[in-house]
Amino acid sequence: MAIAETQVYLPQAPRPRLRLLEDERWLAFVLLVPTLVLLGMFIAYPFVRGILLSVSSARVGVPGDFVGLANFYKIFNDGIFRTSAYNTFVYTGVTTVFKLALGLWLAMLLNRNFRGKAFTRAFILLPFIIPTVLSTFAWKWMFDPTFSVLNWLLYHLGLITSRINWLGDPDLAMISIIIVNIWRGVPFFAISLLAGLQTISPELNEAAAIDGAKPWQRFWHVTWPLLLPVTMVVVLFSVIQTFADFQIVYVMTGGGPANATHLFATYAYQIGIGTGILSEGAAIALAMFPILFLVVIIQLLYIRRVEVR
Amino acid sequence: MGQVVLKGINKFYESVHAVKDVNLQIRDKEFVVFVGPSGCGKTTTLRMIAGLEAISSGDISIDGNVINALAPMDRDIAMVFQNYALYPHMSVYDNMAFGLKMRKFEKPEIDKRVREAADILGIGELLKRKPRQLSGGQRQRVALGRAIVRHPRVFLFDEPLSNLDAKLRVQMRVELKKLHLRLGTTAIYVTHDQVEAMTLGDRVVVMKDGVVQQVGEPLELYNQPANKFVAGFIGSPAMNFATVTVTEANGSLIAENSGLRIKLPDETAQRLRGHVGREVTLGVRPEDLTVADTADLDHPCFDAVIEVVEQLGSEILLDMKVGEGVMVASIEPTARVKVRDKLRVAMRPSRLHVFDAKTEAAI
Amino acid sequence: MIEGAIWRKWVFFYVPMALFLLFLLFPFYWMVITSVRPDGELYRPWNSINYNPFWTWKPTLDHVRYLFEETLFASWLWNTTFIALASTAISLVCGVFAGYALSRLNFPFAGSLGTGIFITYLVPQTLLFIPLAEIIRNYRLGDTPWSLILTYPTFLIPFCTWLMMGYFKAVPKELEECARIDGASRWQAMLYIVIPVAIPGILSAGIFAFTLSWNEFIYALVFLSSPEQKTVPVGVTSELIRGDVFFWGPLMAGALLGSIPVAIAYSLFVEHYVAGLTGSVKG
Repeated sequence: MAIAETQVYLPQAPRPRLRLLEDERWLAFVLLVPTLVLLGMFIAYPFVRGILLSVSSARVGVPGDFVGLANFYKIFNDGIFRTSAYNTFVYTGVTTVFKLALGLWLAMLLNRNFRGKAFTRAFILLPFIIPTVLSTFAWKWMFDPTFSVLNWLLYHLGLITSRINWLGDPDLAMISIIIVNIWRGVPFFAISLLAGLQTISPELNEAAAIDGAKPWQRFWHVTWPLLLPVTMVVVLFSVIQTFADFQIVYVMTGGGPANATHLFATYAYQIGIGTGILSEGAAIALAMFPILFLVVIIQLLYIRRVEVR
Repeated sequence: MGQVVLKGINKFYESVHAVKDVNLQIRDKEFVVFVGPSGCGKTTTLRMIAGLEAISSGDISIDGNVINALAPMDRDIAMVFQNYALYPHMSVYDNMAFGLKMRKFEKPEIDKRVREAADILGIGELLKRKPRQLSGGQRQRVALGRAIVRHPRVFLFDEPLSNLDAKLRVQMRVELKKLHLRLGTTAIYVTHDQVEAMTLGDRVVVMKDGVVQQVGEPLELYNQPANKFVAGFIGSPAMNFATVTVTEANGSLIAENSGLRIKLPDETAQRLRGHVGREVTLGVRPEDLTVADTADLDHPCFDAVIEVVEQLGSEILLDMKVGEGVMVASIEPTARVKVRDKLRVAMRPSRLHVFDAKTEAAI
Repeated sequence: MIEGAIWRKWVFFYVPMALFLLFLLFPFYWMVITSVRPDGELYRPWNSINYNPFWTWKPTLDHVRYLFEETLFASWLWNTTFIALASTAISLVCGVFAGYALSRLNFPFAGSLGTGIFITYLVPQTLLFIPLAEIIRNYRLGDTPWSLILTYPTFLIPFCTWLMMGYFKAVPKELEECARIDGASRWQAMLYIVIPVAIPGILSAGIFAFTLSWNEFIYALVFLSSPEQKTVPVGVTSELIRGDVFFWGPLMAGALLGSIPVAIAYSLFVEHYVAGLTGSVKG
């Protein structure tokens, strides 16, 4: 050998601990243990506990007995629960449509080249990153029955002559809540869809333009189909989050007026924590499960299909 | 020292038998090249030697010690990857020093070795740079340097030149050869490029479908291919093949098919005595074909029509229609030929290869 | 862009963009202006004359002073920071390890474990808060920061794992193999090669996890009860409202100050945040 051996490599005494980790299965096990322990303790176990609670008569400090499906029977005959269920579906459906439409529009606007683009994009995400509860308070203040700046604005634009009691009327309260949710969700849609748009090669649109497609046709035949996978995932994510939403309603109306704007989550909170009937609260929260489960399944199937392609 | 012995190596991926019973003895300081089309099992074999793939059955030993169960880190080998696998977050220096640090070498020793290797490879100027600031050729050198500093018992190369452009590849090929002569470390090299295999290897292992087809020195493979696959794989342009039937007439053997009728030279004829009346595959390299003139009258000849003329400067490649089949001839650059010319082509009689039509083994 | 008249650009770009920005950013402006406006100006009926809601000539820091002197706002800030940092750290360690195992190692049930973690990623907090509240009480973690530090990872780890899997998959496997041949164990190759190469992903996951835990509300609302233990969102909600009376000045000041840390963290890592956001929804 031309290079002199100055230090010969001597196999060191094997370090048994590390050698065990040379086996992929052991290493994977060790790496996954912390995650599995935490998720097991605080997701899987609570889930089981939740089911057990929902078939018991437990209250705070009272373990309660097994009562079968009595809690579910009770809530399904509860007018407020029905309203909550109805509200939740309306809330999820309406906001999702608006968030998708506005988000897509905003994404298309952001997909152009203009000065201050990075800056604009950064600012647009603010509603999404600022703690929801805190920004919802700003909205609540804007919707304040006496001092509403929106009323001031509408009045001075000549659109109204007397004040609108935004949060005092059941329908208006629901609309207000929906507006806040849309406000908070549009940035998420816009930025996610923008990322999707940016993966679409501009050459495709140029080719379509050369083939004589009008802007609307280009969107419908080129952009939209290519954007669909991202859109699907974003919508499903958003549906889950919206369906299980809590913060906006809790801050804006607390479920009022007269329990007219409750969602599953806020009603579950009111019953389970507010009045301490854990069993019934757990049952209300679990009532969300079938729908959430369905959405998750759709999402899993969809992702798998996309991966296969 | 670096003697590597593969004994009955097999690799199964679930139901796929990727490497079939490979036996090979690699001598110390030898440069052995594994060559074959993609999916032939050459890379898998290399990865089993490296310890990156488990061996399904068989033994691999280095210097007499079976290393089947050793982790890659304990095998005292170095490997150069096709994509170089430079650590992107480390400088060139740290890339080269990593293996030594892992083995707990002392700082001055690491420094000495890195600088030595950098000098050998002419990358002393680049030590502070990050891999992304390097050109393809420079990355290649760093990858080599990282292997050299280790002074391992065996170098493993996995298609290290295939990401370089054609010109650089030829240049690095020569440098690799020089480097091996200088360091004398046993090297096992995997490539799909038969030119690399022929120029670099002391010995070449040709593989196909997980089976070793032939092991030999480059010229041995060229001159005496063990079967039709090796014959077709080694050499460029590839060997011409024609399926012919052997018949006997007037005491000599005739090979014939629809467009070809050749009187076999004595030496070939002797090998084919037992095949009279059967089909065999005849093989002849393009460089062993010439445009027949009077001097070649006693050589086996056939008629051909030129379809394409490829003028390469140093030679002319003729794509010719011969009966139903096609053959390529490599002829003198000065020859005056043009498309649709009818030619009489002669074969160099001693360079005729014959293979069993069924088993494809050389006869 | 191939566009004709300049008015088209106004109609199809500037005006909609301006409206979007107005819609999305006005609440923040409102938050800012309210938090520096003296009470005398705040509580004037919307239809009173000479009322200029969008500006004030007498800015004041009274509300901020009130927050820090009359409430435990400083403790809430500290609690939120500590909880967010601790739960982010735990989640990053777990998520990086799990993401590495799931994306780069072969072991039995890898696929179903990955699916399982993905499903927990989609479990909303509101599904489990009632049984969790009971469990937290049983573990005697109620009203301590640990009730949140240990539960926040349940929604952060799946996210971090999912995101890191994407980043780890993009690291060429040869890097790791080369390190192992160079003398590193699997563990060392992960630690010295794969994880450093995936640092951008770790930053994305970290900043995203930090904002998520800073924003979390329902667990904090349910698990914490004493005022000095609360986080900013819960403290602002429960301590700045007396019955039906809202202290709007301090409320908005609290909302503003409670948003600033996330906003700063976000502005430092905008690109990583966006990468995390878009990575989180990638199938």
